[in-house]
Amino acid sequence: MTVGEATTQKMTLAKGLNAGMRAAMEADPTVVLMGEDVGKLGGVFRITEHLQKDFGEDRVIDTPLAESGILGTAVGLALRGYRPVVEIQFDGFVYPAFDQIVSQIAKLHYRSLGHLRLPLVIRIPYGGGIGAVEHHSESNEAYFAHTAGLRVVTCATPEDGFWMMQQAIASDDPVMFYEPKRRYHERGEIELGERAPFGLHDAAVRHPGEDVTLLTYGPMVKTALAAAQAAENEGGPSVEVVDLRSLSPLDVETITASVQRTGRAVVVHEAQTFLGMGAELAALVQQECFYHLEAPVLRVGGYNIPYPPSRHEEVFLPDLDRILDAVDRSLAY
Amino acid sequence: MSDDVVAPERSEPSAPSAAAHTRETHEPPERDITDGGPDMVQFLDAEGRRVPDTDVNRPYAEYADELDGDALRALYRDLVLVRRIDAEGYALQRQGELGLWPSLLGQEAAQVGPGRAMRPQDYAFPGYREHGIAWCKGVDPVNLLGLFRGVNHGGWDSNENNFHLYTIVIGNQMLHATGYAMGVQRDGAVGTGDPDRDTAVMAFTGDGGIAQGDFNEALVFASVAHAPVVFYVQNNHWAISEPNERQFTVPPYQRAYGFGLPGVRVDGNDAVACYAVTKAALERARSGQGPTLIEAFTYRMGAHTTSDDPTKYRIEAEVEAWRRKDPVDRMRKHLTAEGLADEDWLAELDAEADELAARVRRECQQMPNPPHEAMFEHVYVDPHPLVARERDEFAAYVAGFEEEE
Repeated sequence: MTVGEATTQKMTLAKGLNAGMRAAMEADPTVVLMGEDVGKLGGVFRITEHLQKDFGEDRVIDTPLAESGILGTAVGLALRGYRPVVEIQFDGFVYPAFDQIVSQIAKLHYRSLGHLRLPLVIRIPYGGGIGAVEHHSESNEAYFAHTAGLRVVTCATPEDGFWMMQQAIASDDPVMFYEPKRRYHERGEIELGERAPFGLHDAAVRHPGEDVTLLTYGPMVKTALAAAQAAENEGGPSVEVVDLRSLSPLDVETITASVQRTGRAVVVHEAQTFLGMGAELAALVQQECFYHLEAPVLRVGGYNIPYPPSRHEEVFLPDLDRILDAVDRSLAY
Repeated sequence: MSDDVVAPERSEPSAPSAAAHTRETHEPPERDITDGGPDMVQFLDAEGRRVPDTDVNRPYAEYADELDGDALRALYRDLVLVRRIDAEGYALQRQGELGLWPSLLGQEAAQVGPGRAMRPQDYAFPGYREHGIAWCKGVDPVNLLGLFRGVNHGGWDSNENNFHLYTIVIGNQMLHATGYAMGVQRDGAVGTGDPDRDTAVMAFTGDGGIAQGDFNEALVFASVAHAPVVFYVQNNHWAISEPNERQFTVPPYQRAYGFGLPGVRVDGNDAVACYAVTKAALERARSGQGPTLIEAFTYRMGAHTTSDDPTKYRIEAEVEAWRRKDPVDRMRKHLTAEGLADEDWLAELDAEADELAARVRRECQQMPNPPHEAMFEHVYVDPHPLVARERDEFAAYVAGFEEEE
């Protein structure tokens, strides 16, 4: 990059993801997009907007409405040498494809003793907060993070959307790519350039702090940052916010370095807490940071009920107050 | 409806009685279940005689007729060797060398036919009973045994022979084949007229498999994409203990029509017919005319696998009726009657089969257990810190015991 040249651009997360896919498709003719309504319509969230017009129907494929069919045929395309990027229309619609993902996509490299590779990206708009009807607001990342053979990542900012999409497509392993749908229209600066300014599995310290670490990801990063800012404004505790970015593998170093420094950890995610990512993070932190801990690891997440009707989601989902309440409880130990 | 079913009283809502649609026990149907009906394509009858041309088999006659003496002998050789490999697999399981073996006994022709109709560039996606397809695609039978011995999950390089790994989750592979065929289309390897370039894909499953969502979704995707794929259903009449009546009410080949595909039923115990019908479907796919569904009407003479006991659910008379339609006997009778094979040639073939079986047995017994650290390999292409960490912890744990000794 030349000094003086414009190296950043402001855009929404939706546009960042779109630009990331466009860049990957320009760089590699084997990249194909597949999904329901991804072509002319550009997807129900318009994340693939204009890509079919520019790359043709052979590379942006409007599929029949059958998720197992989409993932199963994506496996075949990958075996033939393509790099399919599949859109699952909403989080709650991935279950018909669960079998193909966990039985085949996660295991084919292993089963073939390394002869076969499945360079697939499975994009899932996830999470709540948009007043949607049932099956449209779920956070099911833990099912897939539990499955060996898959990489699971989630972006929180437009810049991450842009770069992580390209990194995921370049990965020779299958990647579950979770997109926080309620943040699609958030705007942010994207640092352009030849190479990503971070690795796909690197966590990011979004807000430095001294007293307590918030371990979070995806849609909750913004909420956690607001909580940290509120605490700071009120002269409260100094809160560090770590955006995990990657759920499998975890960036153990960044997580443990932060908690060893602050001595306190609170996990924040939208998913129900029981056996969620927070359970794994709590186990990790108590094993790796035991002598540094001043308080037990606390979790703030969805209550352990089915995702409720949307009139409840304001209280079902973690918000600034619930996060600060947990911070206070951690500090009270 | 049987006589003892009580009709719902009139005052009840008119919902159909569940009992009226459920048979409590499987009674063998009165019709001859070895009879594939008038739509079934056949070239050799059970006695190995060439059947006359009919409206049903005439469209495939050119492919049947292209099989000269050498080709027919080669088909018979495949049938004999595949049966021998299968028998050895069964024996190796019984002797504790394999954990499991799914026998293809009775389905040799249903596999050798399509196996020999495929060209080298055609890609096959098998279930787990496709030892005959593997043989025809050039996969060393020893390679099939690792999965059943527990030393690997398959492990052969699919791209070496264009033969995918065995797929145990029923129906998954139908979609893989369809997607692969969509890739073939994108590579421009369809309809060029170049016989060495144009490529078709075959997907294999059984009568049980067609109930799966993946099978039906594959037909939808293939139909919409006009993909160069041939769906090949070996209807061996039993999905473990469940007969055809528990799996469908419309014969498998007729399933195709609703999806907009041609559907063909072929005598699965007639290698010539299986070859001819598949060849036609493959040519159709390669030339860009789209997918076909073939039902090979055959019978599973053995158990589902070595873990199964078919005497619990089927009667010996049924097996006996199918034994009279044996695919290997049928071809031998044809060759002998046509003067294409003499006793010496048949004896040489038997000796070849014995040699092959001895090699399979020897190499199976010599197959080493993999070192335990190998279980951590190939989970991911790029290193994954958790897997690496556990591999190292495991190695240290094991080394701890060695130091104690």
